[in-house]
Amino acid sequence: MTGIPLDEFGIDDLRDYRRFLPATVAHGRPQGREIPALTQGRARLVVTAAIFCVAVLVICARLVDVMVLQEATVTRLPHAASTAYHASRADIVDRNGVLLATSLATASLYADPKLILNVDDAVNKLTRLFPDLDRAELTEKLKSDKRFVWIKRNLTPHQHQQVFRLGLPGLDFEKEERRIFPTGSLLAHVVGLTGVDNHGMVGIESSYDKTLRGGIEPLHLSIDVRLQHIMRTELQASIDEFKALGGAGIIMDVNTGEVLSLLSLPDFDPQNNNDIPPDAMFNRATLGTYELGSVFKIFNSAMALDSGRIHLDDTFDTIHPIQAGRHTIKDYEKMHRWLSLAEIFQYSSNIGSVRIVQQMGIPAQRAFLDKVGLTTPSPIELPEVGAPQVPNPWREVNSWTIAFGHGIAVSPMQLAAAAASTINGGIYHPPTLVQRDPALPVPGHRVISPETSDKMRRLFRLVVTSGTASFAKVPGYVVGGKTGTADKVVGHGYGTKANRTTFVGVFPMNNPRYLVLALIDEPHADASTHGFATAGWIAVPVVGRVIKQMGPLVGIEPVNEDSPEIHQALDINARPRSIAGATP
Amino acid sequence: MNFARTDHSILGRWWWTIDRWTLLALAVLSITGTLLIAAASPAVAVHLGLDNFFFVEHHVMMLIPAGALTIGISLLSPRGVRRVALVMMLVTLPLVAATLVVGFEIKGATRWIHVPGMSIQPSEFIKPCFAVVAAWLFARQRMVEGFPGYIIASLLYLLTAALLLMQPDLGMTFVVSAVFFAQFFLAGLNIVLVAVMGMLGISGLIGAYFIFPHVQSRIDRFLDPEAGDNYQVQHSLDAFMNGGLWGRGPGQGTVKMTLPDAHADFIFAVAGEEMGLLFCLALVGLFTFIVLRGFSRVSRDDSLFVLLAGSGLLIQFGLQAVINMASSLHLMPTKGMTLPFISYGGSSLLALGIGMGMMLALTRKRFGSAEDA
Repeated sequence: MTGIPLDEFGIDDLRDYRRFLPATVAHGRPQGREIPALTQGRARLVVTAAIFCVAVLVICARLVDVMVLQEATVTRLPHAASTAYHASRADIVDRNGVLLATSLATASLYADPKLILNVDDAVNKLTRLFPDLDRAELTEKLKSDKRFVWIKRNLTPHQHQQVFRLGLPGLDFEKEERRIFPTGSLLAHVVGLTGVDNHGMVGIESSYDKTLRGGIEPLHLSIDVRLQHIMRTELQASIDEFKALGGAGIIMDVNTGEVLSLLSLPDFDPQNNNDIPPDAMFNRATLGTYELGSVFKIFNSAMALDSGRIHLDDTFDTIHPIQAGRHTIKDYEKMHRWLSLAEIFQYSSNIGSVRIVQQMGIPAQRAFLDKVGLTTPSPIELPEVGAPQVPNPWREVNSWTIAFGHGIAVSPMQLAAAAASTINGGIYHPPTLVQRDPALPVPGHRVISPETSDKMRRLFRLVVTSGTASFAKVPGYVVGGKTGTADKVVGHGYGTKANRTTFVGVFPMNNPRYLVLALIDEPHADASTHGFATAGWIAVPVVGRVIKQMGPLVGIEPVNEDSPEIHQALDINARPRSIAGATP
Repeated sequence: MNFARTDHSILGRWWWTIDRWTLLALAVLSITGTLLIAAASPAVAVHLGLDNFFFVEHHVMMLIPAGALTIGISLLSPRGVRRVALVMMLVTLPLVAATLVVGFEIKGATRWIHVPGMSIQPSEFIKPCFAVVAAWLFARQRMVEGFPGYIIASLLYLLTAALLLMQPDLGMTFVVSAVFFAQFFLAGLNIVLVAVMGMLGISGLIGAYFIFPHVQSRIDRFLDPEAGDNYQVQHSLDAFMNGGLWGRGPGQGTVKMTLPDAHADFIFAVAGEEMGLLFCLALVGLFTFIVLRGFSRVSRDDSLFVLLAGSGLLIQFGLQAVINMASSLHLMPTKGMTLPFISYGGSSLLALGIGMGMMLALTRKRFGSAEDA
């Protein structure tokens, strides 16, 4: 407390005053020395009163400010629990609007033990309502000194109401959200899952976490659950039949890059996501990178044909094996003669493929694989994307093995997108799991000419009509494709028993619409395959069965495969009359 | 009550000389306080596992002796007031010291001692007594040559402040100090010394910030609301906002349910929520009325002792009200301080009753000397 200077009443002045007024102890009316002291006291009391008044005025001003001027901004007032729930995480749906993931607003029950009047009574009533609650544990919780204990998470609206009706003080609800996946494990690796706090942890839930949170509009995936279901059923059947470790399946629209089905088996149930084994969590379609074998001859051939230096009927020496360091490059099926490029593709000749790349050179091979996205991680919208393993340095011997799909490991997703670009007219479309806006142009870049692409279609078709993929024949749907059987690396070398079989199928080959890829990991041959565990026996039939079922679903009209038009379009020796997908 | 003008009995003289307006204002405050406690305390009582009306009953039970003390003490003459204050001072100072030894701890401070039937906080009683004793010492210094009133008062102040700080009761120390220096100022302390004292006070507050962790935390939280737990103040402001101009109506408050100290330190917020802005302004007006009317009456008195003692008691009363209201409005860091006659709190109420009784006694109309009336 400070005062204003009142020098005329200061102590120094007072001393002077004393000289005139003899000291007398006051009795009766104020007299002598009491008068100046009183005068000074009164003056200073006015100052004190003024300070007090200022304080009071500040309080009054603040009262008006808080109570009237700020009234509109009240947000924290306690209010009765609202029954209108609003989910804060957007739904995920497939391309036809089928619900794949949604949020359910739930109430979670907690207690403030300090407010519980009668613990035994509360325990009795709660355990009657929720027989799965442990009595002893609940009693201990409610008797604790804490101010907050969870009793039960995610009640149903009915349970919520029942707890209300107990009328127990000290119980309260926290609004929570529960993520529901109506399709169960069908799309486990695509949609993914969320953690307890409802944040995406795997799949689209994770990569689109920010969009989904606070989003209202559902996220439309490119997935078609019907095709996903077909793919899963067939792939699982094959895995079961051949006691395989697992598998991957992809269905892709070759003209847009949209992924209609993406599957990795084994998978998991995103709803009950405790203790998912790492193997089931692993996405073989996008995260796993594998040496995929002969399917790489697609790129070897496309590169050679597109260069203009090598033609379909150019022949190569496939009689003599090629020595590569300690290894000898041999053919699975020896033809004992020189083979044309088409025959090399048809019979999947390793030696022939090496001869081709020897003519093309390393930089051309490398540039081509770069163009079709095989040397960089797939742009697919999942967090689980594996980086391809490419040789570094890229030596001659690497270029040889890469010609037939060894010494380079890519994900099935990369393979599908790259293979699609060779038969769709020559455009690489980045694969996507999100439905494309039909109003926007499809992104992509040219990798080969339409003419080369036309030749590639004939090669694809040849493999099915008279090559390694005859089991992919589906009457009316004009299937083409390429097989790949890769021995798995066991220890430091390649085993001969364990392999990985892949088939990339495309239909209808005369005007490609869909690519269907199946990969079966470590199948075991049985009597039905006559002891063979190659792609032609394992992966090809899966794709054939898938195409047979999906063809009618996606509305592709069956055609007579022996019609002159089809032969004209796809026979290897027929002269192309017009080129589908070619633009001047 | 009615007394004939010629009634010269003690009560008759009291009735005609007492400041009846202030008495009425105090009565209104007490009744308002009881009603507000009735509104605010059941939620708190249930919280603490007590009977719904525990606080209301206890408050009313304390109000009766407090009122009796106010009236009883207001019958005294200024000399009687001085003697009562001196005696109480001599009794309570050792009691305050005793709390350090035999006191029991509530919320981290040892301020209470058990007396059969109840527990009391002796330091509350120091406040009015010290104000009166200091006033007497100051007045005597000015009136009796050679009487070392300033020095004795200062020593007494240092002793009291030290005892209070050891409790530790910083709020009380602050009030006692503020009242003491205000009285010193009124008594004619050299203006240079006033400035020095002011500096000392500020450095004392800054020192408290660094010495006492809980003071530091409170001030930090006041300066930076994001820094930590401002639960009470935040809810207090919510209550005021919820009240608006006219309030939610008696008993209709909802934010009060979540205010742990609704019945004591934050009762003003309950008043705000249920009765609205106009009522709060009226309440502030009532406090202001009592203080300013008191000031006016003591400044008209011819005795320096009456002026100093009366204004000391009024400053204490007003300061406590201002601090309480300012804390609930987040104008200053929260400081455990009751709103006089409104808040629940047994010892505080009794002590205030004594203080206001003394103030009423000093502001009675007197004829002749204050010392022998």
